[in-house]
Amino acid sequence: MDEQRDLVAKSRLINEMSLKNRLIEFFTKWEVLLCIIFASMFIFFTLRTPYFLDWFNLMNATFQFSEKAIMALPMIFIIMCGDIDISIASIIALCAYVVGSAAQGGASIPSMIALSLLVGTLAGLFNGLMITTLNMPAIAVTLATQSIFRGISIGLLGDQARTSFPEGFGFFGQEFIKGTIIPFEFVLYLVLMLLFAFILHKTTYGRRLYAIGNSAEAARFSGVNVKLTRIINFTITGFFCGLTAVLLASRILSVRSNIATGWDLEIITLVVLGGVAITGGRGTVFGVFLGSLLVGYLKFGMGLLKFSGTLMTIVIGSLLISAVLLPRLLDLYKANRKLRLQAQR
Amino acid sequence: MPDHSFASFAKKAFARRESTLILLLFVLLVPISVRSPQFLSMKNISTILNDMAILSIVAIGEFYVILSGGIDLSVGSIIAFSGMACGMVNESYPQVSPALLLLLGIVIGLAMGLVNGILVAYGKIPPIITTLGTVNIYRGMTFLLSKGTWVTAHEMTPAYIALPRTTFLGISILLWIAFFVIALCYYFSRFTRTGREIYAIGGNPTAAKFVGVDENRVRVVVFLVSGALCGLAGALWTARYASAVNEMATGFEMQAVAACVLGGVNFSGGAGGIIGVVLGTLFLGVVTNALPVIYLSVFWQTCVQGLIILLALTLNTLSDQHKNKKLLAQRRG
Repeated sequence: MDEQRDLVAKSRLINEMSLKNRLIEFFTKWEVLLCIIFASMFIFFTLRTPYFLDWFNLMNATFQFSEKAIMALPMIFIIMCGDIDISIASIIALCAYVVGSAAQGGASIPSMIALSLLVGTLAGLFNGLMITTLNMPAIAVTLATQSIFRGISIGLLGDQARTSFPEGFGFFGQEFIKGTIIPFEFVLYLVLMLLFAFILHKTTYGRRLYAIGNSAEAARFSGVNVKLTRIINFTITGFFCGLTAVLLASRILSVRSNIATGWDLEIITLVVLGGVAITGGRGTVFGVFLGSLLVGYLKFGMGLLKFSGTLMTIVIGSLLISAVLLPRLLDLYKANRKLRLQAQR
Repeated sequence: MPDHSFASFAKKAFARRESTLILLLFVLLVPISVRSPQFLSMKNISTILNDMAILSIVAIGEFYVILSGGIDLSVGSIIAFSGMACGMVNESYPQVSPALLLLLGIVIGLAMGLVNGILVAYGKIPPIITTLGTVNIYRGMTFLLSKGTWVTAHEMTPAYIALPRTTFLGISILLWIAFFVIALCYYFSRFTRTGREIYAIGGNPTAAKFVGVDENRVRVVVFLVSGALCGLAGALWTARYASAVNEMATGFEMQAVAACVLGGVNFSGGAGGIIGVVLGTLFLGVVTNALPVIYLSVFWQTCVQGLIILLALTLNTLSDQHKNKKLLAQRRG
């Protein structure tokens, strides 16, 4: 009898602990932490300036980060497989050149977009083929193609700019959805975000990405065509570079060869900040969504408070490092806790 | 029975990446110098060498980090901070000697490298993420330090500006410093225990740990070396270009990495050498300088550089794969 009572008491104890454990588990999840950081940032800015919590301002601010946020989506796939692509800004520049030149040549808007998407897809395919067929590291190959793609647009454009665009082209990057204050770009981003979340979390293809990221070897032995999957990732990314180039050209209506310089690192920052492990195999689209919004609104809010751009770069750099350091410290804390609990039992 | 014949020596020499690079360099130089004999004049050669001196110093620092299996993206920002600090000290305290400024640059670089190293070794943050963060932080610190202003030539002392240009035995001090760094690092990576440990960690971290290599220490050391060399490069940069600008050396990390790739340094770590890196730097310099000679607009420079990096990478990979296949065949046979 005593023994039984003891057992019941013990199991109750364990249950209570597991509730507490589950709470700790929940609040130490990176996505949840991001939500908390995001909410406190909103509260901070709202208290400090009356212009922050204003629907029109909040929507207008999305123009500044929608394009980068869109690029972060396919980048999730690449990083999920343990690859990296530092040539995306250059592909965007190349596609923007194509868009600008086609516009100057009198092409129609649909053909401009089609050309841009085609060039971007081909550039991404080239990256993917170089990396997988010869088994070269993605960072080295995309370092080279970064120079090549940017170099082509510099070589063709020189110090010129393309500034003549057909009537109505400004819609994609400047206009709002009819009758609302929501920018078209942002709606496009939300739709794409849901699409990528569906692919990553609900389809076989998405599960394969996780498998490759955790162990490419094991994935290969389980029948996943690792090379093909990686090529597809790079090609998709190229396609979205083409799309982003259209949005960017439409927003600023001027294409120079130095367009989108430095975006590679900014976009990788968004993805890593969103909780995707740089070694692959871990992360969610929702996390990257939060990370993108966090960086976007942080910049917007700091701008409202007249913080210098300098301070923003320091804050974003520190955020990135803590984004990786914090979960690691939490993991350590959790492991220690587990050990202690086991010792108590 | 070791084979001592000339044929086997030649075979071994050609199998080395360095000799392939020298060969490629000659292949490149011959048509260029036929087209423009002035290209190989002493004056032009010294221009190329002086242009490449700072890059070679930074590329060597980058080499150690890549050798250990990491990457350092923060080199450009360390150069900027150290260069800005040296420029401002020179402006406010003209009595401080240029040599002391170089030392200051090195100390600043060491401190920044230490932060990188600690985050990587003890924070267990992948090098690419750590330096992606610090590249922003250090650049921001440069702006904070300078409050957005520049240090221009007339605010600097003539002694400091003249430092890299002064010649000794017909060679500029800048080149002497680069030679000294190359020699020192060659010795460090070939003949010291720590130097060999970097190769071991890069080649196979698990195996290295089993034979008693302190992985954390090695990871800190590579970032310290990279930081110190970037700090030195920053101090030299400000003197050579006679100005300290907030945006200086932006994107320089890509040049440094490119020099390493050209020099045959393997991205998975553990393979490559100082001589290769120096040759890679030289290769970049020759290509950049040769474009006007073959009447190609400077606008195509970036593209040509990228193509050459891709070509070098492909050749390196193919030769590695060839070697591995041969090794495997030998083992079977």
